Amino acid sequence: MSVAPEHAPKMAQASFAHRLGPWMPVLLIPVLIVLGFLAIPSSTSWLTLTVSGLAMGMMIFIMASGLTLVFGLMDVINFGHGAFVSVGAFVGVSVLLVLGQMTSAPSLALNLAALMVAVFGAMAATGLMGWAFEKVIVEPVYGHHLKQILVTMGGLIVVEQLIIVLWGPEEIYIARPEALKGAVTFAGAALEKYRLVAVAIGLVVFLAMRWVLRRTKIGLIVRAGVENGEMVQALGYRLRLVFVGVFIAGSALAGLGGVMWGLYQEVITAHMGNQAMILIFIVVIIGGLGSVEGCFIGALLVGLMQNYVAFLEPKVALISNIGLMVAILMWRPMGMIPVVKAK
Amino acid sequence: MKAVLSGDMPRSVPLTLILGVILVCLALAPFLFPGVRTVDTAARICIFVVLVASYDLLLGYGGIVSFAHTMFFGIGAYGVALASTHMGRGFDALLVGSVAGAGVAAALALVIGLFSLRVRAIFFAMITLAVASAVAVLVSQLSGLTGGEDGLTFQTPRALGPAFKFGDELFGVKLNGKLLAYYLIFLGSLILFLLMLRVVNSPFGRVLQAIRENDFRAEAIGYRVVHYRVAATCLSAAVAALAGSLYAIWLRYVGPDTALSMEIMIDILLMVVIGGMGTMYGAVIGATLLVIAQNYLQNLMGVASGVVDGLPVLPELLSADRWLLWLGVLFILSVYFFPTGVVGRLRARK
Repeated sequence: MSVAPEHAPKMAQASFAHRLGPWMPVLLIPVLIVLGFLAIPSSTSWLTLTVSGLAMGMMIFIMASGLTLVFGLMDVINFGHGAFVSVGAFVGVSVLLVLGQMTSAPSLALNLAALMVAVFGAMAATGLMGWAFEKVIVEPVYGHHLKQILVTMGGLIVVEQLIIVLWGPEEIYIARPEALKGAVTFAGAALEKYRLVAVAIGLVVFLAMRWVLRRTKIGLIVRAGVENGEMVQALGYRLRLVFVGVFIAGSALAGLGGVMWGLYQEVITAHMGNQAMILIFIVVIIGGLGSVEGCFIGALLVGLMQNYVAFLEPKVALISNIGLMVAILMWRPMGMIPVVKAK
Repeated sequence: MKAVLSGDMPRSVPLTLILGVILVCLALAPFLFPGVRTVDTAARICIFVVLVASYDLLLGYGGIVSFAHTMFFGIGAYGVALASTHMGRGFDALLVGSVAGAGVAAALALVIGLFSLRVRAIFFAMITLAVASAVAVLVSQLSGLTGGEDGLTFQTPRALGPAFKFGDELFGVKLNGKLLAYYLIFLGSLILFLLMLRVVNSPFGRVLQAIRENDFRAEAIGYRVVHYRVAATCLSAAVAALAGSLYAIWLRYVGPDTALSMEIMIDILLMVVIGGMGTMYGAVIGATLLVIAQNYLQNLMGVASGVVDGLPVLPELLSADRWLLWLGVLFILSVYFFPTGVVGRLRARK
């Protein structure tokens, strides 16, 4: 009888590639920025494009974050999310138009005050609408993906048409507040002020959301709910209420994103939500459905990609995002940061 | 009869009657309703029946939501248009265009299906939406090839044009190429529809239904769910492309609005849901109802809007341009309260 082989545990450190794995998605952003630097001949236009890419990414993130959380928490896929973007933009822009004197005054304080009023108006309107949307449209079709897709798509159509009824079919042009017009010059590159503000707002929203999700009790419940909803319910939390709250918050964020997006493009149409949806879906898919961090990284990647490619080869811009999505799904079929469900 | 319908009988007396009436009306449309507009409506119904039937293969039988169905429809239409433009008018161009369109559509569906359906069926809905809108933008930008926003006007074979005459009159209807074109569309649609009926009543169709009901279990029984779903996607894309080819042959024009717009997608969704998901006869009823309603009810809405003229908001809500609003409401209501559609209701009544 032979002796059992001696047990010799190996304490070898995980390989570098293995340790790098979780950080890969984050690293993709600097990689893309460097690639952009190499591909774009002039460094000043590269800087301009990078800032506008980041700004665009931040806005897409704000619009997409609600969608990804709602899916993660309740397995509800809301194809009508774009409706909140449109409504937010229309309400916000209407408020700004009413406050025309404040926005056209050359004082930064007045401008910001007007912008704040517009943003809060839009968020209140879309938050309320989110609550109604959840009650009327989403609630009867819980746990039924096919019906959810159909019904929320129907909701999107109805809301889009109602916008046309209320605001008319023409597109509305809107000038940015006086203090946010123009650009600052940094290292020879012109950086639009508004885009810098958008980057700042996006960062604040992301950090705040991260803080809420990581450091507060409600965030803990939400994260636990994403991972294993039944268990959270068994522990005595009414997940249904949490979910409604998340739905409302997500809708309000989409409204905020809508105002920002409208001011970014300086024109709003009833179909803008539908168009934004396409980018939002790409972002949510490559980020990993249900993951806020993944959504953030995905949004920045899409924003940067779109701006770089639009500069280099305008016609390929939309295709480039689809290419990015295909590449990422080949690499990680569940998205960059897949959400692990304990089921 | 049973063999022609692949053993899938309507199973309801009213449904049989309605289907019979629709078939007779479509088969004799140029004689029963002579008139440019009515024949045009009949041709549109034929084409949409096929398009909706192919979509129902995905949605009703496969349980997969796709938003790229108009894209496949458009690929078929553009295939015929491009072939006819570059090869000159002729039946060979139509054939080459249709076959190439169906091939391209199936290949594209294969690619989309492979990298989205292998993870989650729900990805498919989002990815098709993104791809379809990208293709629509691309088509309107590549104006050198596709004519951009203006689209392409092309010539079909002489034998399908109104100038071609092969006889005098029959029951007061001029025997010209337009009549032949109508019957080409009608027969093409009929064959494609019966083909779809054959597919869904084959063992393949049964497996798809099993996957729709419980994909996990279907996989456990030993069917490769992904393969079946991808195959259904490709098949439905190819048939949609053929329907698009028929549409292009009938209109002798393709453009982003007639072949690629999101509105057609919404129409298809409505037709499937109202007619009844998961039954091919639903496609016939849904397409017929919706096409007729679109052509004639819009006028009625205009009248209604005129009646309430002067009241606030109401005229706006009822104006003919707000057609889509009411369709949207109808759509949501039918998904909630009417998920089996007209056919499901008729069958349940007996």
